[in-house]
Amino acid sequence: MEISSIELELSQVTEVALLNDTSQINTLENEAIYIFREVAAQFEKPVLLFSGGKDSITLVRLAQKAFWPAKIPFPLMHIDTGHNFPETIVFRDKLVAELGLELIVRNVQDSIDQGKVKEESGKYASRNSLQTTTLLDAIAEFKFDACIGGARRDEEKARAKERIFSVRDDFGQWDERNQRPELFDMLNGQIELGQNVRVFPISNWTELDVWSYIKEEAMEIPSIYFAHKRKIFLRDGLIWSHSDYVYQEEDEEVLEKMVRFRTVGDMSCTAAEYSEAFDIDAVVQEIRNSTISERGARIDDKRSDAAMEKRKQQGYF
Amino acid sequence: MEVLKIATAGSVDDGKSTLIGRLLYDTNSLTTDKLEAIEKTSKQKGYDYLDFSLATDGLVAEREQGITIDVAHIYFSTQKKSYIIADTPGHVEYTRNMVTGASTSQAAIILIDARKGVIAQTNRHFFINNLLRVKEVVVAINKMDLVDFSEERYNEIKSDFEELMRKRDYEDQRITFIPVSALKGDNVVNKSKNTAWYKGDTLLEHLEGLDLVAVSNTGTPRFPVQYVIRPKTDEFHDFRGFAGKVYGGELSVGDAVVALPSQTTSKIKAIYFHDKQYKTASRRSSVTITLEDEINVSRGDMLVKTNDLPTIDKQFTATLSWMDSQKLTAGNKYIVQHGVNKVLAKVATVEHKIAPDYSGIDTETESLGMNDIAQVSFRLNKPIFYDKFKNHRTNGSFILIDTQTNSTVGAGFIS
Repeated sequence: MEISSIELELSQVTEVALLNDTSQINTLENEAIYIFREVAAQFEKPVLLFSGGKDSITLVRLAQKAFWPAKIPFPLMHIDTGHNFPETIVFRDKLVAELGLELIVRNVQDSIDQGKVKEESGKYASRNSLQTTTLLDAIAEFKFDACIGGARRDEEKARAKERIFSVRDDFGQWDERNQRPELFDMLNGQIELGQNVRVFPISNWTELDVWSYIKEEAMEIPSIYFAHKRKIFLRDGLIWSHSDYVYQEEDEEVLEKMVRFRTVGDMSCTAAEYSEAFDIDAVVQEIRNSTISERGARIDDKRSDAAMEKRKQQGYF
Repeated sequence: MEVLKIATAGSVDDGKSTLIGRLLYDTNSLTTDKLEAIEKTSKQKGYDYLDFSLATDGLVAEREQGITIDVAHIYFSTQKKSYIIADTPGHVEYTRNMVTGASTSQAAIILIDARKGVIAQTNRHFFINNLLRVKEVVVAINKMDLVDFSEERYNEIKSDFEELMRKRDYEDQRITFIPVSALKGDNVVNKSKNTAWYKGDTLLEHLEGLDLVAVSNTGTPRFPVQYVIRPKTDEFHDFRGFAGKVYGGELSVGDAVVALPSQTTSKIKAIYFHDKQYKTASRRSSVTITLEDEINVSRGDMLVKTNDLPTIDKQFTATLSWMDSQKLTAGNKYIVQHGVNKVLAKVATVEHKIAPDYSGIDTETESLGMNDIAQVSFRLNKPIFYDKFKNHRTNGSFILIDTQTNSTVGAGFIS
């Protein structure tokens, strides 16, 4: 009797400290983890589309949580326009190395060299829409059947109608009129050969939710999200980066200002904002007080009221 | 932050988009650039007011026709809660969108045009919210400005609606009436000076006051296994974790459980969320569970408490909401997706079509068309482990998938 009670005590000592219950875990996090597990279970070749932006970094964290203690059971893929902020690329490579993840990179430059797409020219030239071709080619090359992306419904009107599992035909196109209804938690990932599904685990997160999560989780993010001194110029009321990749008129004066980026895409399509937010607390506060929407700083969306919907139909993310 | 999901239902021109736009505007959730776009477009159209519906109508076709044709999701938050509104269209032909929106919501707003009162569409909206067992329903009597904020008119509509409530199935549903003018902003976020006779909360005050635990549906704990985690690393060599979401109730370390369909028993050894261990997995949490014994469990299986088994059967009858343009006929085969479990199913009989408007008219029929709701019985090639929908909102529902097109063609609620 005495021996067994000692054994019992010993086993209690070696046990991990148990937390009480999971009720404090955020609904959105539970939902995203559920979606990640559905992807891993329902598809043969999923891939996580990684841009180096805050949303895709959040996806990586959620995927880690979904499969712990196993590794994330799919690779990351970056469609590199060649016009990214260098800080983003440095961050990407560091993250992948630290977590021991597989990273696939496909370059828009290759699509240009192969004559599949034509570089835009002029004042507003951007490689943003050229990414679509490179992405669709990569999906075909690796036979990916599920592409996980960080798009959120609060970002933009057309994205507000996106499903969590959104089927694309073999031309990569989105038929927004004929989407599958999504009921309760049930996700229907049945597809035909050649089709693929775009998966959006953080569909229901808002920009503030993402920032709050980055703060709570003390996640690292690229330095360009924080206030820094940068050479910029002003056009159409937006702050553009002064860079070799961005066409600049002679009368557009180069200034040096304290700025940060709220959203990170191509240098040619992402505008900065004046900011003194040097750390995550200040950034969260800034987002909370902001009266401009996130995509207000996306030059690509300003092209027309239906710009995003048109790009999505063609296979854009 | 707490998240409340709300479905909206209203007929064309009841002002649903305007109501949502008003909620966004009065909670300062519309950003300057969105507001500018609304101002610009309102002006172009020659309106002398701000057309808030432009804040939510997303697709090009909708902007052209001025109607909402699909479920759109709108987000805003207050200091207290985050809100997700599923804006579902009100036309007769879009019942499927309403069912879809209601399925993920804990609360619903039904709009009534104060001039028109309770109309056939209102019956339908209420029927669907009741069928889907949405716990909390707000009946927003809108356009009160057009009936001179008349208390008499409000009471008339309220009593018409209460008449309807007597016919409902799900009696625990809580219903709250609020007189509003979405266009002018009365009782949406701010109390109206025009309705001194109304002593209740504004729409937002009411939503802020909802207790999220109380409005979510409960039942007994069900743990459908989504994915088996086997790291096969040195450190976690023998780790076999069952990943899934807990529905209905909670599960704790030490609980005696049965794995279905094998019916083998074991005990919960540990509950993980990421790398942390917990004593109890609460409802709706996505955890990983390990068991004391090495038993065979794979995706689609379910862990339940030993004294609390669901029905294990190869047939069931359900209320079915049909969502496809191709007809459903007795004898047709579909895939039933019940949670994360998929089985082949055959339609045994279409018992009768239900008029989704409380008219009580059941029609004998052989087949179902888009937006029909009917009582249908199924036979399955393998047993599933279900509860009745009225006892368990998650484990009592399923979707039907067409084996040819892979589309989701119906949603069912097991009787």
